[in-house]
Amino acid sequence: MTELASSVAPPNPALSERLKFYGIWIAVALLLLVLPKIFGSGGALTTFSLIGISIIFSLSYNILLGQTGLLSFGHAVYYGLGGFLVIHAINIIGANKLPIPLPVVPLVGGLTGLFFAALLGWVSTQRSGTAFAMISLGVAELIASSALILRTFFGGEAGISANRTKLFRLFDWSFGPQIQIYYLVAAWTLLAIIAMYALTRTPLGRMCNAVRDNPERVQFVGYDPHVIRYLAFCFAGFFAGVAGALAAINFEIANSAYLGAVQSGTVLFSTYIGGVGYFIGPIVGAIFVTALSLSLSDLTSVWQLYFGLFFIAVVTFAPGGITGLLMMHRPLLRGGTLGKVLPSYLIALIPTLALVAGLILAIESIVHHTVNPGDDPNIKAFGMSFNASSPITWIIALFLIVGGFVVARETWRRLARAWDDALTVAHERGYHA
Amino acid sequence: MTAPAIEIKDVQKSFGNISIIRDLNLSVAQGERHALIGPNGAGKSTTFNLISGYIKPTSGTVTLRGEEISGLPPYQINRRGLSRSFQVTNVFANMSVWENLRCAVLWTDGHHYSFWKNIDNLKQVRDRTAQVLSDIGLTARRDVPAGLLTYAEQRALEIGITIAGGADVILLDEPTAGMSHAETERAVSLIRRLTEGRTLVIVEHDMSVVFGLADRISVLVYGHIIATGTPEQIRSDPKVKEAYLGEEAA
Ligand SMILES: Nc1ncnc2c1ncn2[C@@H]1O[C@H](COP(=O)(O)OP(=O)(O)O)[C@@H](O)[C@H]1O
Ligand SMILES: [Mg+2]
Repeated sequence: MTELASSVAPPNPALSERLKFYGIWIAVALLLLVLPKIFGSGGALTTFSLIGISIIFSLSYNILLGQTGLLSFGHAVYYGLGGFLVIHAINIIGANKLPIPLPVVPLVGGLTGLFFAALLGWVSTQRSGTAFAMISLGVAELIASSALILRTFFGGEAGISANRTKLFRLFDWSFGPQIQIYYLVAAWTLLAIIAMYALTRTPLGRMCNAVRDNPERVQFVGYDPHVIRYLAFCFAGFFAGVAGALAAINFEIANSAYLGAVQSGTVLFSTYIGGVGYFIGPIVGAIFVTALSLSLSDLTSVWQLYFGLFFIAVVTFAPGGITGLLMMHRPLLRGGTLGKVLPSYLIALIPTLALVAGLILAIESIVHHTVNPGDDPNIKAFGMSFNASSPITWIIALFLIVGGFVVARETWRRLARAWDDALTVAHERGYHA
Repeated sequence: MTAPAIEIKDVQKSFGNISIIRDLNLSVAQGERHALIGPNGAGKSTTFNLISGYIKPTSGTVTLRGEEISGLPPYQINRRGLSRSFQVTNVFANMSVWENLRCAVLWTDGHHYSFWKNIDNLKQVRDRTAQVLSDIGLTARRDVPAGLLTYAEQRALEIGITIAGGADVILLDEPTAGMSHAETERAVSLIRRLTEGRTLVIVEHDMSVVFGLADRISVLVYGHIIATGTPEQIRSDPKVKEAYLGEEAA
């Protein structure tokens, strides 16, 4: 994965590098092809489809955040509008029996996203930083509130729905079964990943990074940073529209939640947790956050709260996200010193898990007493049953939190020392990245 | 007669009601090496900002080879063949040395905002970038993020970015500031080589550099040029001696 993960590309890729590079894509394609053979249940296929959609959406968001340095609070606008237009398109195509098969319909979503990004982006991309962020928020509010007002188009609270199986058929695929939707999403995901990766390797893609780093200097090498930001915004809008289209096709419905603040927040969240500094970061984030949100919501009713805490932890301790964290280990792995830190990791894991368990006990108990105080205090979360009112629960929680923290802090210090030693040795052996 | 490379006519610049540049007039011929000297705060960097479009004059005009450029944004002035460096290093800190230089090559090479070309396949861009990279002596540092370079290396990169696009009018703002004697010598010979056949305006404090490099010198004091002439004329100008050179030149 070195080529995909590195932010600084070798200037003159050798043939072997290129073969390795195409090898990665072929491997990904094969993986997508056989995945349903390994995990074939309906639930798994739905999860994979949602992950694919989230990958496209997060990567499109990272064109803004990671590549161009634009923090948007309203990216779901283009996702949502793509979704709505696609539902309408499916209905129109179905009603008029137009010879357009479902697999090309996501393009409608993409073009919708592109159109609205082109329309709304010119003003907002005039500046980066706070001005851009605020305008993106304002536009999002505007569109989200119009969605509730323009009922004929957006369908009000209920949204609008469509039947995806009634379209012109290719190879007799009805797109009723989830497996067919999975393959549709997988194909679009692969195409979108390749396209967005290719974009980073073009003059525009490189200049996006330059604008992110230093928009002032960009002006003195002949480029208008506004145009660069605007084009990046249009590309991000296009791919967000594709993602929204696939979501609409998957659920056969589009409603105002598609373009709302929660959706915009989620994509920021996934992208950031995955790591904005690497091309694969948002992919990692999309997989992680989608899988985690699906499984966490089974384990606890306040899963968003844990997401929030997790997000704070990532921003504070791992600003490079999961990918950044993994990439930190590259010099150790290559320098052969990873073994020096692994024991420290394992030792640190035990008190850290105790601390987390204590926090979970405390959070779940507090939530029980604030949200449903009258209910039975014997509750279950993360597979643990306990009595939220019992003093023993509170004592255990306190013990785990305080004790866990005190011990964990010491093990983290040791980990940091072991880490420094391992890194020094790796540097001495000539491995810096 | 060919038009001057740069001509500044009656330019004024005030920030708020403080007048920083007053009645500035300056003409630099094509192919000339012109040094702009003056005490700190005289307005030398502001003059560069006015020429390069970073700020707009309150009144007056700037022309580039006879065409008016005052009021144009920096990127349009740059596209017309004027490039500047900054007194405080102003590079793409998170990008490698290679990428820094390549960004500076792309526009002139005609690639503009293209999103349909693979940058690694642009042979001319690659060759030109490699050329500049070796010119500024940073080939061994090609993949290092610019922010991690030493000070002298960053200054060399600053010059590299400025000249990479092939502009024929170059403004260098204190390129050797903060360098050791040996580094300054290396930087000056680099500047001499890279600006061969081009127009150069340089702000410089080291008088041995100025007198060795410049065809003509202008002395800026309190936002006004008090003298312009050949190094000999400037050296013997009593106004200059009084206002600026003082003991330094003696
Ligand atoms: N953007 C600005 N706003 C207000 N004052 C400025 C600005 N830029 C420069 N100045 C002032 O203009 C004067 C000249 O600055 P400068 O051109 O940087 O001098 P020099 O480069 O000759 O040392 C200084 O007094 C500086 O404080
Ligand atoms: Mg200055």
